[in-house]
Amino acid sequence: MLLHETGSLELAEDAVSEAFVEASVRWRTAGAPRRPGAWLLTTARRKAIDQIRRSRRFEDRLPQLVDDPPEHRGETLGDEQLALIAGCAHPALDAEAQVALTLRYVCGLTTDQIARSFMVPSETMKKRLTRAKHKISAAGVPFEVPPHDRLADRLAAICGVIYAVFSEGYASSVGPDLVRGSLCDEAVWLSELLCDLAPDDAEVHALAGLILLTDARRAARIDDDGLPVLLEDQDRSTWDRSKIDRGLARLARSETLGRVGPYFLLGSIAGLHAHARSIDDTPWARIAGLYGALIALNDTPVLRLNQAAAVAWSEGPITGLTLIDELGDRLVDYPYFHSSRAALLARAGQPVAAAAAYDRAIELTDNDAERRWMVHRRAAVLTADRRSVRPVEAGHETSQDRRNVDSHQS
Amino acid sequence: MKYALLLYDTEGEGPEFGTPEMDAEMQQWFDYTEALEAAGRHLGGEALNPTATATTVRVRDGKTITADGPFAETKETLGGFYLIEADDLDEAIEWAAKIPIAPHGSVEIRPIMEIPG
Repeated sequence: MLLHETGSLELAEDAVSEAFVEASVRWRTAGAPRRPGAWLLTTARRKAIDQIRRSRRFEDRLPQLVDDPPEHRGETLGDEQLALIAGCAHPALDAEAQVALTLRYVCGLTTDQIARSFMVPSETMKKRLTRAKHKISAAGVPFEVPPHDRLADRLAAICGVIYAVFSEGYASSVGPDLVRGSLCDEAVWLSELLCDLAPDDAEVHALAGLILLTDARRAARIDDDGLPVLLEDQDRSTWDRSKIDRGLARLARSETLGRVGPYFLLGSIAGLHAHARSIDDTPWARIAGLYGALIALNDTPVLRLNQAAAVAWSEGPITGLTLIDELGDRLVDYPYFHSSRAALLARAGQPVAAAAAYDRAIELTDNDAERRWMVHRRAAVLTADRRSVRPVEAGHETSQDRRNVDSHQS
Repeated sequence: MKYALLLYDTEGEGPEFGTPEMDAEMQQWFDYTEALEAAGRHLGGEALNPTATATTVRVRDGKTITADGPFAETKETLGGFYLIEADDLDEAIEWAAKIPIAPHGSVEIRPIMEIPG
């Protein structure tokens, strides 16, 4: 079956043997799945697709982008892939175009698929890509392995693009769906690929760790009605243990490489959540400390908001509210500022003030699912069902946070 | 490839002529131009007089209309340019970053249009 799908005996054999390796690791820790045969085939198919994407598709990508691809762009297949990603994520290109180019030419998505993922008309996405390709050729944007002295900067730019893809998928700021899974899958794939291409960069491994550990919670994060489920209400048994294990391994590798950057700190926070059995078992003071380290690197009000939410768990809602209120001037138009405040006010026994804060958050959000969720929370506060009223997920990293983190990557 | 590096900066904020600060700044420009030449990358370049000396010309309905001042009133104004040869945009960016105004002004890199034929 797999042979038929991949069209290559060697590829099919490789994929099956990789699936057995993964099974021997996973089944020992997590137990055998209910249908081991089906599990093996699914895993082997995933591995085979991965192989195809990692090798064959790259061969014909570069000529699509550059009129006259350089001969010396890389010694190995990995170098060619790195050259392609580095060119697509070149900082001289518009940020949205970097994301679109990466999805189109590295991940191999069609223009229509990318347009649908970003909820823009196909024509808009086509124009965006055409404009970017024109600049690439007219301005001479290089598709080459970045030289050693610029490698770290360029890897940071690539990480920024991958993180933007993940953020858009995981916490999309527009449109009806809260999680657009295919973008998360692409970001996971890209971040693990980049680890192979740049095995000595600490932040590259940290980014993969952060993405895997966050994405592990994907299924638990949305309920059957498409509404967000807070961290404290999530069924932790549905967290993807395989992604958690892979994520923790990436973080451990990053730590051995020495440099502590923002992705490592965010990844460490996600790692602490992954280890915790419940919300009360979570080391909130340590998480607040990690946010402190992030703030020391790049002081943004959104990071301070997340830190305040962590402090509220470790020291109580009143302390959290004091910290949050200090941010009012700078976050007056940020919906999560008001929803975080609302949740703490409710916990502090001030339902009327909490409802007013939810009203403001509802006005400001442009995500349908989050709006419905906030309306639901507001009603719960006013019916005084205090037990169901809990603060917003601490460490709830919105796409806005990610952009803020990215902004000091350059 | 050929690139124009267009140098933008706030007028009148540099040191006065005849001061040691000005001499030091001029030396930086000479050094930069020399480095471009030594690398075989210098195709041309000039410094421009301030926008107070600019005249903008348009021809409308066959009539030549002249006006005092630059094309656009902006805080940072075009003060000079280099024309360079570079392998790709990364090399052009590298040269642009070494220009003495880069730490306070802006350098716009414009690839020169290649006319086929």
